Amino acid sequence: MRDTVSSTGRGASVSLAGLEKSYERVGAVNGVSLDIRSGEFLTLLGPSGSGKTTTLMMIAGFEQPTKGDIAIDGISVVAMPPHKRNIGMVFQNYALFPHLTVAENIGFPLKQRGVPKAERTKLVGEALELVHLPGYGGRYPRQLSGGQQQRVALARAIVFQPRLLLMDEPLGALDKQLRENLQLEMRRLHADLGITFIYVTHDQEEALTMSDRIAVMNDGLVAQIGSPEDLYDRPCNRFVAGFIGESNFLPATVRGMEGDIVVADCQGAVVRALCPGRPGSGAQVTLTTRPERLRFANGAHDSATVNRMSVTVTEAVFAGERCRYMLQAADGTSMVLKEPSSAAIRRRTVGEQAEIAWSVADTILV
Amino acid sequence: MRGILPKSFVGLILLFLAFPIVVVFAVSFSSANYLTFPPPALSLKWYRVYFSAENWLAPTWLSIWVAACTVVLSTFLGTLAALGLAKLPRPLKVLVSGLILSPLIVPVIVVSIGVYYAFSKYGLVGKPIALVLAHTSLAVPFVVTSVTATLAGIDPRLEQAALSLGATPRGTFFQVTLPLIQPGVIVGALFAFITSFDELIVALFLSGQGAVTLPRRMWEDLRYAIDPTIAAVSTLTIVFTAILLGTAHYLRKRAEQNRTASP
Repeated sequence: MRDTVSSTGRGASVSLAGLEKSYERVGAVNGVSLDIRSGEFLTLLGPSGSGKTTTLMMIAGFEQPTKGDIAIDGISVVAMPPHKRNIGMVFQNYALFPHLTVAENIGFPLKQRGVPKAERTKLVGEALELVHLPGYGGRYPRQLSGGQQQRVALARAIVFQPRLLLMDEPLGALDKQLRENLQLEMRRLHADLGITFIYVTHDQEEALTMSDRIAVMNDGLVAQIGSPEDLYDRPCNRFVAGFIGESNFLPATVRGMEGDIVVADCQGAVVRALCPGRPGSGAQVTLTTRPERLRFANGAHDSATVNRMSVTVTEAVFAGERCRYMLQAADGTSMVLKEPSSAAIRRRTVGEQAEIAWSVADTILV
Repeated sequence: MRGILPKSFVGLILLFLAFPIVVVFAVSFSSANYLTFPPPALSLKWYRVYFSAENWLAPTWLSIWVAACTVVLSTFLGTLAALGLAKLPRPLKVLVSGLILSPLIVPVIVVSIGVYYAFSKYGLVGKPIALVLAHTSLAVPFVVTSVTATLAGIDPRLEQAALSLGATPRGTFFQVTLPLIQPGVIVGALFAFITSFDELIVALFLSGQGAVTLPRRMWEDLRYAIDPTIAAVSTLTIVFTAILLGTAHYLRKRAEQNRTASP
């Protein structure tokens, strides 16, 4: 296989530099730079039209970038046609060849590479084992369920041992139970194969469970990249805080800095927050915190590590494993508080005045 | 299904439509020496006449030959045209497909006159090749329509999948695209065959003395000498065409099934 991407070693590293794709329709990419490490499970997460699928299609070679470069293992592939890139790809609608059997589908990439028939049969059998579908080789795709079809598509995309696997919302068409099973299986496959996965989804839960790192995309740009914990605990802007998990947003006015911590007036209270930048005194900012990190205060707290605020309960919903309260702060800002349920904890009632508390470490200026 | 018209009336309409065929059918098995209905007795003698008369068999073979050549040419050109059309940007696509489909709209008599003048310049009139070329232009629209319809039902990602799996664009066409559009191609080919095999008007202009096709021979027979042979020939033609149409219908159904079964 001359002039194709080399297939020694396990996972490919992928480097996107200032990647752009202009479109009249939605899904444009406006300058994405990413370094994806060898063997990494990276997810491109974003709402529809954020450019995540377009980015993936450019890596696969089905879209030509308007500007910028894509390098796989340090070699630019922008001028290389898709069939020479040696990249596995799984599509949302499976894209199995309806006129070929399962075995012929999985054998397809091997046939293109001139693998002899006997060897092909053996590899196809192994691939079917890997996705838990032994003995299904003689069937046609239409005779399989959606979940089974996606497993076949997965087997087909890895049977030729690519060093990079691209997946475009592969579980989007499946129901929740099946999706969760396949998520675990993909994680296992990723660990076993050791190859690089680039996964596109709009489902934040899926992204959080599966990925080593997530690149959150919005309007054709990477809004933030980091581990699931990074993104959840330290979102660097309001879009990320709102898109991943649930967040409370509190308008505040900066008083000053205490080392790395910003002190601000917020809803009649003094609140401390982690802050990546150094905003000047008097700046209008937004603080964010997660509903499950808030709690009703009891007793005294150290104000250097814990924020406190007086609120009114406006709504109380018991949801089994937890209680969900809607709260109103002094100037009318709504907040959500989630409390693990326990028969030992007194339930709050609507209209009640309460004091809430949460860690400074869980408060971020965005 | 409760219809707008009463069942008996619908039955009458169907009978009216089928009646000529029924009469031709019956007359072809007549023992009489002239066209009469109902036939006095049944006989296969007119079929015997047809199968032993060189002046019937020669035009039949010529028609089959011309139709076969038309099928090869128009299927090849029409399939390529449909594949090309699918890749054209919208405004250009409308224009080009309009041009390709124009033989369906322009009256055949007009096409015939045009083709006659054009071909007579090169001495092609009276040669089978002239019929093949003219019939091809009439048949291409059927192939294009049929292949385009099949192509529209194919997920473009299948081609992307093939490319991502290492198939060359050429390999993708032969291993994925062509097998998937195959039913449409065959249906188009069948229609091309029928278009040419049944064609009279172009043949009237281009057959001359040297390339008399079956429809042309039937037309002449009707003008000069009417005997039940024509009924036997007609019956054979109707049965033959019906078989082709039935095949086309079956293939179309099967292609539809394939399509709905794939996600």
